[in-house]
Amino acid sequence: MGPSGSGKTTILNLVAGLDRPTQGTIHAAGLTVSQQKEADLARWRARYIGFVFQFYNLIPVLTAAENVELPLLLSKLTRRERFTHVQAALGLVGLSDRIHHYPRQLSGGQEQRVGIARAIVSDPTILLADEPIGNLDRSAAQAIMALLTRLHRELNKTILMVTHDPQAAGYAQEILHFDKGKVD
Amino acid sequence: MKLLLVYSVRNVWARSCTTALSIGGLALVSLILLAVLMLGNGLNRALIESGSPDNVLLLRKGATTEIASGIYRDQAHVVRMLAGIAQTSGGELLAIPELVVLISLAKSGAETPANVVVRGTQPEAFRLRPQVRLIAGRAWQQGTTEIVIGAQIAKRFLLGGIGSHLRVGKREWLVVGIAEAQGTAFESEICGDVDQLMAAYGRDSYSSLTLRLPDPSAFQRIDDAIGSDTRLLLQVKRERDYYREKSVTMATFIRLLGFTFTLIFAFGAILGGTMTMYGAVASRTREIGMLRALGFHPRQILSVFLLESLMLGAMAGLLAVGAGTALQFVTLSTMNFSTFSELAFRLTLTPASALITMAFALSISMVGGIPPAIRAARLPVTAALHTPGR
Repeated sequence: MGPSGSGKTTILNLVAGLDRPTQGTIHAAGLTVSQQKEADLARWRARYIGFVFQFYNLIPVLTAAENVELPLLLSKLTRRERFTHVQAALGLVGLSDRIHHYPRQLSGGQEQRVGIARAIVSDPTILLADEPIGNLDRSAAQAIMALLTRLHRELNKTILMVTHDPQAAGYAQEILHFDKGKVD
Repeated sequence: MKLLLVYSVRNVWARSCTTALSIGGLALVSLILLAVLMLGNGLNRALIESGSPDNVLLLRKGATTEIASGIYRDQAHVVRMLAGIAQTSGGELLAIPELVVLISLAKSGAETPANVVVRGTQPEAFRLRPQVRLIAGRAWQQGTTEIVIGAQIAKRFLLGGIGSHLRVGKREWLVVGIAEAQGTAFESEICGDVDQLMAAYGRDSYSSLTLRLPDPSAFQRIDDAIGSDTRLLLQVKRERDYYREKSVTMATFIRLLGFTFTLIFAFGAILGGTMTMYGAVASRTREIGMLRALGFHPRQILSVFLLESLMLGAMAGLLAVGAGTALQFVTLSTMNFSTFSELAFRLTLTPASALITMAFALSISMVGGIPPAIRAARLPVTAALHTPGR
């Protein structure tokens, strides 16, 4: 948690290897992230990291299933295997009946659930969630937080979440407060 | 990676308005190129294909055209005595003396008259030029002032067609037939009896002599025989080479002009395509950031945007070739600078020109698409993810 500009998103980017630290090293999911080459990091991210974005970042011209399938394109799965994974992920977030819907045909909460399905479809170890409920109304936000909690409890996902929202922070097992780039 | 292809196709489709405008621009430039190529093809067909590989044309030494040439009757007689000239099944020598003159005719729909070639020849000329075929009426009878007009002459000059009269030289001639010649220059000519035409102009020499060879390899023998006979100050050319030489100046001029315009417009089309694709990259910056964050390689992002550019180019190329197909029905006329006569020809689409146009459209779309695609591939991921918009 922390105010805008305190470095919350930066820490997510550092963990994912999207940013490079100026000092120190970062270890995540068995890797010294800060010492890897870009191409190795991309492969590692595809396998171990799932992203949940505040604005969902779904591709409007692709259906829910196609959006969820995107990370699997980087794997060696066959088309049929990919589809099985996509169905499972969308089932897990409760959107089996919206599989062929385009993002514009979904509510904000449903879009974020598609975003979460995309994040978990490749069965990553860590989920990085950047303000996952920052763009949602209260009830949709609660549903998303419940879903993330379930993913942690039932699928053992490590979730690193950035939020402004104290209620969302209440779901966390451990809370770090950031201020001006430092952990309080 | 079918999904990435689907992604590209749908993105192109989603920006239907800008896509249509870009394709329209690219297609117009490609069509200009195609039209230039079709002009060249049409001219080639009208001129080069007027000549047959088995025919040999004899002109006076130093003459570059039939109009400027002269062959006396006794010279023609000596040539006809040479061995190695093909004969008809009836034993008639296929050596046709011809007189070519220009007349000025009023052109339908034009204020100024144009020059038209009148060819005095013999009925056997139809055997020398199998592409010439009567489509109406009949051939002229020897020793009469009857004429057969080319299909283009019937369309553009002598609209009265068969039965109409025409003054050529000092005589009045009657149109008795209309001939087509598979788009070659003979469609823009008028033919009649050679002796009558010589009498009408008071000439005592032919313009040329056309021989049919028994086979193309006999050319050297005829060339040697004529070259070694001091009575014959004649030059020997394959008929096809003669027409090719006549087409060079005009075809080069048209191609040079056309390619210059195409080049200038191509720069415009490339800029247009580049701006379209930069727009696409700008509106999808966050999408690109997300794909990179998921683990997609910059090369894959580059391919996606290049593919979109190429799709625009492919559609533009197809559109241009489609429009080119319609252009085939257009007949143009120009001044044949060798004879200063009117030459009508059809824009001709060939598989090669269609392929060149497709390659051109793909190339300019590719060139236009490269800078935006590189920009997309090089976007810093974290900045891209926090860009406002889609």
